[in-house]
Amino acid sequence: MSAVQKRSFDGWRNLACKGLTVSYMAACFCFIFAPVAVLVLFSFQDGRLPVPPFHGPTLYWYGQALANGRLLSAMGHSFLVGAGSAFLSVLLGFLAAYGLARYRFRGQALVRGILVLPMAVSYLIVGMGLLVMASWLNIAPSLWLVCISHVVINMPLAFAICSAQFNPAQVRMEMAAGDLGASLPRVLLQITVPMMAPALIAAFILCFTLSWDEFLTAFLLSRFDITLPVAIWGLLRGGLNPQTNAIGSMVFFGAAALALGAEYLMFRKKSS
Amino acid sequence: MTVSHSSPSSTAHLAVEAVSKHYPGQTALETVSLHVERGRYVVLLGPSGSGKTTLLSLIGGFTLPSSGIIRIGGQDVTDLPPAKRPTTTVFQDYALFPHMTVAANIEFGLKLRGLKADARKTRVAEMLELVGLGQHGERSIQALSGGQRQRVALARALAVEPEILLLDEPLGALDLALRRQMQDELHRIQRQMNRTFVHVTHDQEEAMALADLIVVMSHGRIEDMGPPRRVYMRPATRFAATFMGESTQIEGHIHAQDGQVITLETDIGLLRGMAAPMSGALTDNPADTQGRIWRTGDKAVAIIRPENIRTVAQNGQAMGQALVCETVFQGNYVRVFARSETGQSFVLHSPARQVPASGEIITPYALMEDITIVPAQEN
Repeated sequence: MSAVQKRSFDGWRNLACKGLTVSYMAACFCFIFAPVAVLVLFSFQDGRLPVPPFHGPTLYWYGQALANGRLLSAMGHSFLVGAGSAFLSVLLGFLAAYGLARYRFRGQALVRGILVLPMAVSYLIVGMGLLVMASWLNIAPSLWLVCISHVVINMPLAFAICSAQFNPAQVRMEMAAGDLGASLPRVLLQITVPMMAPALIAAFILCFTLSWDEFLTAFLLSRFDITLPVAIWGLLRGGLNPQTNAIGSMVFFGAAALALGAEYLMFRKKSS
Repeated sequence: MTVSHSSPSSTAHLAVEAVSKHYPGQTALETVSLHVERGRYVVLLGPSGSGKTTLLSLIGGFTLPSSGIIRIGGQDVTDLPPAKRPTTTVFQDYALFPHMTVAANIEFGLKLRGLKADARKTRVAEMLELVGLGQHGERSIQALSGGQRQRVALARALAVEPEILLLDEPLGALDLALRRQMQDELHRIQRQMNRTFVHVTHDQEEAMALADLIVVMSHGRIEDMGPPRRVYMRPATRFAATFMGESTQIEGHIHAQDGQVITLETDIGLLRGMAAPMSGALTDNPADTQGRIWRTGDKAVAIIRPENIRTVAQNGQAMGQALVCETVFQGNYVRVFARSETGQSFVLHSPARQVPASGEIITPYALMEDITIVPAQEN
């Protein structure tokens, strides 16, 4: 084989390798995003069924969804539960992480273990456990219970995110603030929280998204006021309907906007 | 270690009384006492693990002593937290608040003291002026260089007018040129503010350039303490002599004592030198050097600084003969290393014009006043 031939052979081989890599990546993305794309596409379906063939685009189903009081109120509930449970999860997770990062005490590893343990417990067990306990205490299922279950589920995550962000340089900044006369609550509010803001925002958004999405415990623990996933599930029981696609698309774009916004906020903060 | 010194503790601005700090399985400080008058620049000097940072941390209140008492301005502060002490600290990594501007960093402590907005503004401007950052108030911390951050840390700590400013290796992160420049700045600021500074470092040049009082520490104890000139020229211990700079050290036994003059019997003959003062001595006057007990036959070491060894006789004592092994050009002088037949090594500074060549035989001379006799340390 001459040198020129060899070079062109290597060239072809490189190209083939690159082609394979790209198509593998494309296949992966396709696998992940195709269902979403199909969902969004058929939310514009001009017909009663969100299945192929696709008949011309229409915004009819978006109108229907936005006129559906039950869906809208479920969305409102989801928002309240998501924001409330995310706030509580981040607050508790942050305080727990702070305590474990700043103080040394006996049984520290055990406390840390117990804090992250709920991550390993299935949602079904968490939901059933809470339901049993609520009925034992004569508490009727409600959004409050859903909120509590979401705190149980998400707090370990918020704790883990906050824990990873504590470092020795921050300890000295807190020492410096204390040295200048700041009390502990003031150190926390004016030094620690602002320094950890990116992590706290990220934890909040993640907890909110997970709560927004969570069906199992929300289904078990709610009765009259329901969250959006439970409402969508109710709609699906009546058969496929482009209206569910429309609401799903709105939720998807809302979540995507939120995630992008958070990313932008944090990126801007870091690069300044 | 109990330390005698000339200032009575009643007038001391900072008084550390027999303070010890023990960690499980380890002693960080062993009965250290230190008295400092108001407005002094104190440098705690020692290698890592000598306890100098622990001592600073105890004065600042970040660590509590196992025993002993710390007083500032006559007030017992031993059990007070850092926030309640009239001290502020400049941390080694500066510990500036990264989410605040330069001005907001300096203003932080002032806000906590309840100063009105316009008073704070005036004070921040003053402090920025003091550290030479007049135009940088609105900059973010990330936009500053290492030297500028150092200045902000200094301004933030001084803004609240502490009785004592504590500096934990403040120049450690700077390059050499910047470090020398900041030394001069620190010296100027300390004189201008007329406050007590306690500065930790392991750099003896830095210590000598800044200090009114050098405290040489080793293994949790104070080895020597005094003005830089005295500690350098007339060290109290062999460790202090070694840590403060190069020296020729000749071991021997006490042969005779005549007042402050001690005769040492060594391998290179009898050598007359001055008795080392006690730690804490301000001068090397006889009054400050009394108190040591010298017994004939005890092991002792003669310490001679390299600039005090000459190779031509000038009323000095000859110290045998030595073979020049190496010469190192240092600019304004040349360092000469030589070794005698008995294995005694010498280091001396020679003017650049009359350097002995390697392989030459020289006769080192030293004046009696330039030789300090310290007790041999059993390490």
